[in-house]
Amino acid sequence: MFYLGKNQLTGEAQPSPKAKHTDWTKRFELLEKTCKYPALKAFYQSGIVAGSTPISDVPMVALDFETTGLDVNNDSIVSIGLVDMSTTRIRCANAKHWLVKPDSQLRSKSVVVHGITHSAVADAPDFSTVIDQLLQHLQGKIIVVHHSPIERAFLNAALKRHINEGIEFPVIDTMALEARFCRKINKSIWRLLLSRKPASIRLTDSRTRYHLPYYRQHHAMTDALACAELLQAQCATHLKPDTPVNTLWS
Amino acid sequence: MQIEQSEVLDFLRRHPPFSSLPDEELASVANNVEVAYYRAQSTILQLGQDNYQWYVIRSGAVEVFRRDGQLYNRLEAGDFFGEQSLMHNRPIRFPVIAFEDTLVYLIGKEKFNYLFDNFEGFADYVEVEDQTRLRQSIAKREDDNTLLTAKVETLITSLPVTVCSSTTVHQAAIQMTEQNVSSLLITRSEEDQTEQSLPVIGIVTDSDIRRRLVAEGFSCDIPVAEIMNTELIYVQSNQFIFEAMMLMLKHNVQYLPVLKKSRPIGLISHLDILRYESQNSLFLVKNIFSAQSLDELTALTNGVQECFTRMVQQDANSQMIGNAMAVVGRSFKQRLCELAEIHLGPPPVPYCFLALGSMARGEQLIVTDQDNAIILDNSFQPSLHDEYFAALASFVCDGLARCGYSYCTGDIMATNSRWRQPLAIWQQYFSQWIEQPSAESLLHSAIFFDLEGVWGQIQWAEQLNRLIRQKSNKNSRFLACMARNALLRTPPLGFFKDFVMETDGRQTNSINMKRRGTAPLADLVRVHALAVGSSARNTFERLEDIFEAGILPPGRGQDLRDSLEFIAMVRIRHQALDIQLNHEPDNNIEPEYLSDFERKNLKEAFQILSSAQRFMKFKYQPGRVN
Repeated sequence: MFYLGKNQLTGEAQPSPKAKHTDWTKRFELLEKTCKYPALKAFYQSGIVAGSTPISDVPMVALDFETTGLDVNNDSIVSIGLVDMSTTRIRCANAKHWLVKPDSQLRSKSVVVHGITHSAVADAPDFSTVIDQLLQHLQGKIIVVHHSPIERAFLNAALKRHINEGIEFPVIDTMALEARFCRKINKSIWRLLLSRKPASIRLTDSRTRYHLPYYRQHHAMTDALACAELLQAQCATHLKPDTPVNTLWS
Repeated sequence: MQIEQSEVLDFLRRHPPFSSLPDEELASVANNVEVAYYRAQSTILQLGQDNYQWYVIRSGAVEVFRRDGQLYNRLEAGDFFGEQSLMHNRPIRFPVIAFEDTLVYLIGKEKFNYLFDNFEGFADYVEVEDQTRLRQSIAKREDDNTLLTAKVETLITSLPVTVCSSTTVHQAAIQMTEQNVSSLLITRSEEDQTEQSLPVIGIVTDSDIRRRLVAEGFSCDIPVAEIMNTELIYVQSNQFIFEAMMLMLKHNVQYLPVLKKSRPIGLISHLDILRYESQNSLFLVKNIFSAQSLDELTALTNGVQECFTRMVQQDANSQMIGNAMAVVGRSFKQRLCELAEIHLGPPPVPYCFLALGSMARGEQLIVTDQDNAIILDNSFQPSLHDEYFAALASFVCDGLARCGYSYCTGDIMATNSRWRQPLAIWQQYFSQWIEQPSAESLLHSAIFFDLEGVWGQIQWAEQLNRLIRQKSNKNSRFLACMARNALLRTPPLGFFKDFVMETDGRQTNSINMKRRGTAPLADLVRVHALAVGSSARNTFERLEDIFEAGILPPGRGQDLRDSLEFIAMVRIRHQALDIQLNHEPDNNIEPEYLSDFERKNLKEAFQILSSAQRFMKFKYQPGRVN
């Protein structure tokens, strides 16, 4: 995942009411009919689990992008990491990692964050060459990210640039979930009495809360794994295995 | 496509047994792991479930249980579990529960088997057949040790010079001069040679000719048989040089004929051994016997510690060290008795000074208290004689305390009049302990069942040992009481982080290796030894007799021996380390000072002791025919 400004982190990343009530099964059926690009059509065609499916039965894929910056109109993706998961297992054997040549210039500020340099991406393939593989890997699975606006917006923008079509999909956002679970803590009388700062919902801080090990950040593969582990920990700690998936996605 | 799971890879690289794998294998393992998170208290592996993966703990901690729900082990980051069911293709026998929030990396059965079959270092580390790993570590250490594990035969340079018993001393002396030897073996005259007994009947040395012939004014034409020494102490060619040295010290002889399959193949002298091992406990013992006063004896205390650390550095095994320290301790006692007699005059009635406990077992270490007693002649009359023996006991016990053998906290010392009694009373004591046993009365008297005479009428000690053997091995009530007491001290479960972990999950930060390790083992072996009527006192030697009697389940005897050796050596090494660091040596060890290797093996040794205790409890039930 890319860098998140402080202001974005403390604000509770609430799913919009509209998104929450989206009937994704119907939405996918509709999008499948209107879209033209074959791999995208196949993505929608493979459908989506019913909203009432217990989270423990849902096939998922944790996804992370490194980008050249935060501006979705001027910045673009430089690397993609993803790993298949369920609430009980994360399968590294099915993990994928791509470096891609960004559509926009790498900025020195972002190079500092993810360590991907100009020379590293000089020989990397163009984003358009990984679209089919990426969409194929995502199909039939629910996408899991930490801080959904980034992955959602950047993937949508990149597809629009390359195939002239955007993409919509539901997302389980571990940051939004963490905000939800921390609300109780943040509103407790103890915090007011002790004037504690609100609990941080950054990836690393969230992981610490579940005694997950420290991982270095800003490598798309590792961040995807870190996010996957966090979701497992959140489910094991706060959720029953039969929690319907539509109470978690947005 | 090669994906770099760098966090997984880096973690594995830092932990054995993965650290021994080549890079490309390691990357392949890292890229194929599965990851799973378990919240504290949740079940990871259930009893009886099938298992297809090997679990490596990435963070957190888990608890492993026995089938009966007893805690078996606690594992932390870098540890692993589940390999037993993979290696033996069987369902889970030891259920596992997350003790803390835990993240595990899982490695598939096929990958595990592949690594196990193709990488020896990996397999060696994972091979958790507990005893196997322990035995390997001991075997390895014994291979490394070259000096003290040399056998007696390596000292032999030529065949012994022998003469027939009818040869005159004159002729014998000519032979010795021609052959340039200082001792001769004497063989039976020819008509007696048919007998099956040993062909050698005696030994004659330079000093025998001086003391027994010249000084006595005999003619040098008398047969050599007249002046030979017939109390022959032999050593077998395959015994350790160290053992030969101990024989010389114990019997105060300077020559030992060496036998191979009951034929004499050589003769070794104390000089051969001294040449071989120039700085050893022989010097110390010699100095003890030449000390003229208590002050001189006290001055030798540092020498004891030096001797101890030197043996540890030379990789002596625990039996050698325990034996050498016992000989040193015995020598102190003997010299103190001698000095007491010089000081107080000759004893009014004969007596025998006894060593009890670890000294009698030949298992003494550097930190030890004195346990001793006196057997008096049956003609002893308290009003006439006790003043003398009370004074003698005080002299010896105070002297021992000054030489570093602290007073016995249980007052089992010759200064206590209860333990300074005529032979007949001692016989009553033992008869009562054995025939009317109670766990309470035996609690404090168990130490008397390791008993050795060190000075004076030492045959009385043997009489008592015989009495113990005759009375105890058929008496199941007595054995049951001894077994019950031997179960009072138990080993800990193992280690967790820098703590000692108890069976109930409690954690403490140090362990007394004597109380929790060597002592319960010695207690346990003593019970079996009494049951099989063994006359050995040393725990290792008792174990030999117990193997032969066949009362232990297959393999258990060897396991016990390995456990004892390992626990004793850890205790010994840490005492030697204390001495080198100028700390007061003690029996306590903090786990933070244990190497991973020591922890793993100690844990296994404790498990063996623990299961041996369970077996003993079962075996020696009151009324059960053993």
